[in-house]
Amino acid sequence: MRTFYRTLDRALVRDASAIAVAAAMIGVSYGAISIAQGLPWWLPIAMSLLVFAGGSQFIAVGLLGAGNPVAAVLGGLLINVRHLPFGLAVGGFVGRHRLLAAHLLIDENTAFALSQSRVELRRQAYWLVGGFLFVAWNLGTILGVGLGSAVGDPNVFGLDAAFPAGLLALILPALRDRTTRIAAGCGAVLAVVSTPLLPAGLPVLVALLGVFAGRVFSRPASVEVAS
Amino acid sequence: MTALIVLIVLAAGTYAIRATGIVLRDRIVLPAWLLTLLPVAATTLLAALIATAMFTDAGHVSLGVARPAGVLAGVVLAWRRAPFAVVVIAAAATAALLRLAGLS
Repeated sequence: MRTFYRTLDRALVRDASAIAVAAAMIGVSYGAISIAQGLPWWLPIAMSLLVFAGGSQFIAVGLLGAGNPVAAVLGGLLINVRHLPFGLAVGGFVGRHRLLAAHLLIDENTAFALSQSRVELRRQAYWLVGGFLFVAWNLGTILGVGLGSAVGDPNVFGLDAAFPAGLLALILPALRDRTTRIAAGCGAVLAVVSTPLLPAGLPVLVALLGVFAGRVFSRPASVEVAS
Repeated sequence: MTALIVLIVLAAGTYAIRATGIVLRDRIVLPAWLLTLLPVAATTLLAALIATAMFTDAGHVSLGVARPAGVLAGVVLAWRRAPFAVVVIAAAATAALLRLAGLS
């Protein structure tokens, strides 16, 4: 039994490392972009440490660099509102040190944890992936601040494809469930279609309407299964 | 000074959002229907993040080639039960190579 756990651990460490390397590279570009915006060197570093939410950090430094601090705060917070339902979803298994667990809550460790089948593995995945990404993101940011304008576009390495692919791989098992599949599909379409119309952060929340579509449209199927 | 205030409010607000979800889960008794919906909602949010990462850019719908193709390569591998690390690397490599070939 113990070796069984160890094997799973090793797979988890390998998977967490892969996503951490990608996160570190995005962190480098985040640090460099912040400096290019004319912001002080300590700001991106402190933000990575204290905010630790990539999407909102990019939005915040962009708007702050453009001279709009109020929008930087509101825009950054709006992007992070999705972490509230994520917190409700993971709150049942993070274990002790909940206040520390809250700071490590991101998309990747939520997805990793929810893709595990047992509570013990969910907790492990949550802390391991959250911890790895925290270290990687912060080291990347410091490196990016140091390198400054020497850093090029991270999309050259295809990192913009790596993150959605990784998240999609993680939710793939959950999509076997018909209700979840309909909800996720409708939500994804709603989010993309509403992106040009709404401020950043809201389209992803609008996707939650897909959950109701999943409930409504999956009912006939559950009757079929029952009979 | 402005930068410092932005940092503090954004950090405190983000932490409050995260802690609210995690702590509430413990403090209040959630109705059964909500408990069954939470994993569905989390997956839906993740699907929305994936879709917007794939098909939008800075508030616009953008249908490129390299990025969706990279994601597709990764997902096919995931479907064939390839390890997660392989999925991520293959997705990045596919997108990078397509860009190198001149496709955006």
